[in-house]
Amino acid sequence: MTPPPMLSVAGLTKTIDGQHILRGIDLQVGQGETLVIIGRSGSGKSVMLKHLIGLMSPTSGEVFIEGRQIVGLKERALLPIRKTVGMMFQGCALFDAMTVEENVAFPLYEAGERNREAIRAKVAEALDVVDLTGHEQKLPVNLSGGMKKRVALARVVVARPHCVLYDEPTAGLDPVVSDSINHLIRRLQKRFGVTSIVVTHDMKCAAHVADKVAFLHEGAIYFYGAFTALMASRDPLIQDFIEGRSGDTDSFSHG
Amino acid sequence: MLLLRFIGSTALSLFSYLGELLFLMLESVRSLVTTPVRWRLALRQILEVGFRSQLVVLVTGAFTGAVFAAQTYFQFHRLSMETAVGAVVAVSMFRELGPVLTGLMVAGRVGAAMSAEIGTMKVTEQLDALRAMGVHPVDYLVVPRLIAMMISMPILVGECVGIGIAAGQFVAVRLMGVPEVYYVTYMLKFTALRDLEMALTKGFFFGVLIVFVACNEGLKAKEGAVGVGRATTDAVVMGSLLILILNFFLTMVLNIFFPAGI
Repeated sequence: MTPPPMLSVAGLTKTIDGQHILRGIDLQVGQGETLVIIGRSGSGKSVMLKHLIGLMSPTSGEVFIEGRQIVGLKERALLPIRKTVGMMFQGCALFDAMTVEENVAFPLYEAGERNREAIRAKVAEALDVVDLTGHEQKLPVNLSGGMKKRVALARVVVARPHCVLYDEPTAGLDPVVSDSINHLIRRLQKRFGVTSIVVTHDMKCAAHVADKVAFLHEGAIYFYGAFTALMASRDPLIQDFIEGRSGDTDSFSHG
Repeated sequence: MLLLRFIGSTALSLFSYLGELLFLMLESVRSLVTTPVRWRLALRQILEVGFRSQLVVLVTGAFTGAVFAAQTYFQFHRLSMETAVGAVVAVSMFRELGPVLTGLMVAGRVGAAMSAEIGTMKVTEQLDALRAMGVHPVDYLVVPRLIAMMISMPILVGECVGIGIAAGQFVAVRLMGVPEVYYVTYMLKFTALRDLEMALTKGFFFGVLIVFVACNEGLKAKEGAVGVGRATTDAVVMGSLLILILNFFLTMVLNIFFPAGI
């Protein structure tokens, strides 16, 4: 019997204050696969990501995590399911009052681990994976943007989730740090074999990590396929996105 | 028509607000019953909301007791009833002033801090991060604060009442010259253990109310810094108003269990 896909979405729609954010999304992500969701700002990428882990409820449609339907489940019923899926937030969402070590140890502690040595060893390993050894006692406020992303990533991987959702992992970072984050995502996927879903509008990030790419436009999937197929597409909308063309001009119109 | 619509929408908002509080209360009770309590967080909150509120509460209690004793003396002196000042101050501090003033001060200090902290966590996605890691925000944020307030508030009320009575005695006896023997005798004659029980019971309920109002405002905060500011203001204003309203009903109900008078 073949295992169910890690994540699947069917007919997902979301309407907020009369505005249609998602318009019938159908998607499947296999075990160990990396799907990159790209699209312009406001196309519904982050909203869709939050639906995948039940942080938002859809207007209609279904979401399955490893074959289990999560739409309609109460918050408390969702909690154990969410422990199999990690999420890295766009703003990192590190707990301000906790040090780096405490932030990374948090999922372990909440999972019931009380052995201090075991926690310390796992935290050290996670920080080593993201190249942040030696920064354990720093508070998030004293970290750079790139370091915060790494801590957020360490906090996700320390719990060994089956799947990781990344919301704009390279947003606001310089090209060098962005490149190191891209390598990190790939390294984590290879090392732990996790399924990854990456929301981004950074084409370099997509090129680096994607097995498959979904191009979201006005709340619907406009393109789905391999990254090379996306790049080869002659579709003007996709071409404009890849080339970063807005269609605006520098000259003022007269008259 | 306009007036009717205004009354209707106000009533609707009130019921909706009370519904939010009730929902949070039920979720907290459910958490207390079904989920292990995070005692480390609760202890940290006792330090934060209880221990660190003492100065504010003690100053409030001391000066309220002192000024109340002085005013009572000024009135009673004309009637040659100054020996009754101790009884009036003690009964008032126990039954009304101690619990209400402690409640209002804690609503300002602790309620504001709670709603600001939780509200900031909400708008910076830290609450979503908690949920994404399989942790219910009520279990992690509300219940430890609830336990801390249930323990701390009666103690704070006790301190406020105690120092209020002591300050009142100092003013009446040392500054106004009321004979200490009469002052203490009448105070003890007109107060009983039930007055202390009423004070502590009120403190307990006010503590619970402050937590739910503050946490509810924090949990529903939105729209960034402006939203957090609004949540903080609402937590203090609603917390203070509801304490005054609840105090009336508590006084009526608790007087059945702890009747006033000799």
